[in-house]
Amino acid sequence: MGETFKIGIADMATCSPPDKVTTLGLGSCVGIVLFDPVSKISGMVHVMLPDSTKIRNNSNIAKFADTGIKELYDRVVKLGANKTRLVAKIAGGATMFSGNNVEMLKIGDRNVEATKKALKALNIRIIAEDTGKDYGRTIIFDPETAELTIKAVRREPMVI
Amino acid sequence: MAEMNFDELSNIQYDVLRELGNIGAGNATTALSSLINAKIGMKVPKVQLVDIKDIASFVGDEETEMVAIMVMLNGDIEGFMMFLLESSVAKELAGLLMGGMVSEGDDFNEMELSAVREVGNIITGAYLTSLSDLTHLTISESIPYIQIDMIGAIMSVPAIEFGKLGDKILLIETEFEHDITINGYYILVPELASYEKILKALGVC
Repeated sequence: MGETFKIGIADMATCSPPDKVTTLGLGSCVGIVLFDPVSKISGMVHVMLPDSTKIRNNSNIAKFADTGIKELYDRVVKLGANKTRLVAKIAGGATMFSGNNVEMLKIGDRNVEATKKALKALNIRIIAEDTGKDYGRTIIFDPETAELTIKAVRREPMVI
Repeated sequence: MAEMNFDELSNIQYDVLRELGNIGAGNATTALSSLINAKIGMKVPKVQLVDIKDIASFVGDEETEMVAIMVMLNGDIEGFMMFLLESSVAKELAGLLMGGMVSEGDDFNEMELSAVREVGNIITGAYLTSLSDLTHLTISESIPYIQIDMIGAIMSVPAIEFGKLGDKILLIETEFEHDITINGYYILVPELASYEKILKALGVC
């Protein structure tokens, strides 16, 4: 039996079987999993904001979609993941307090957009996603099966 | 004043923000008392700067279910304010408001949701009134929005806003005591320029 590593907000970790990696309570943030289906080398990052170039205080690279995804990519490649085989699963980017029409609260959509842009720039295909909507998600990735389990309050868990 | 950053708040600025928290929470307690028509005690609020990455675990486990009521702010101060309390406590509070009538189970019916939203509205309103009185700044509030979800997900909203400035968030915890103890948290999330306005209005910048 492996361990389950937990990452926090604006945080990342790499992972290989038999271990798993999880992040709890994603709201408007996005959780991105990169994995190589052959070597099973994987990683997860929990990003908060779309673009590091728009923020002066940007030293925490795991906080932003652009720099966070690039760093995670570099780490899994360094561990031996094959660049051309790497694929992604993403979840989160909810609009919390829906029903309002406030631009600031649509940050979830902008995070998802920036995530897709960053993955595209690295030529990584998204093979599954559960994004948007109006509720929080806990996600758990198992590199052995490549299953991403998504849990939410008062909903049945789902696997993508 | 140089660009404000919560990671580098001076002692005096911190004290002023803490005092604002005390006064605001005091008014909120009075408002809550008259709402449920009972005397409510309040412990001295704890005002803390918390690391964004610890914010959810500070309030509970990231997956703890909580109720959050949020109002958007406009006028001299732009941003939003949130009031949070645990789901089970929110339900008891709704019961107090509705004369002891609560539905069974964990779910909230329409009436209960509306009661909880009103409590949040009154509490944030009382807090903002004291802020406005002390600073002579004009603050107008939107209608209250409510979300029941994992605390981690709810906290992503203020964390993202504070995250644009630094790696810390200003959290005010207050405990009301009635027949039940009501543990609530306020988070005031003004935009950067508004924080500067608040401190300037109070003569500390």
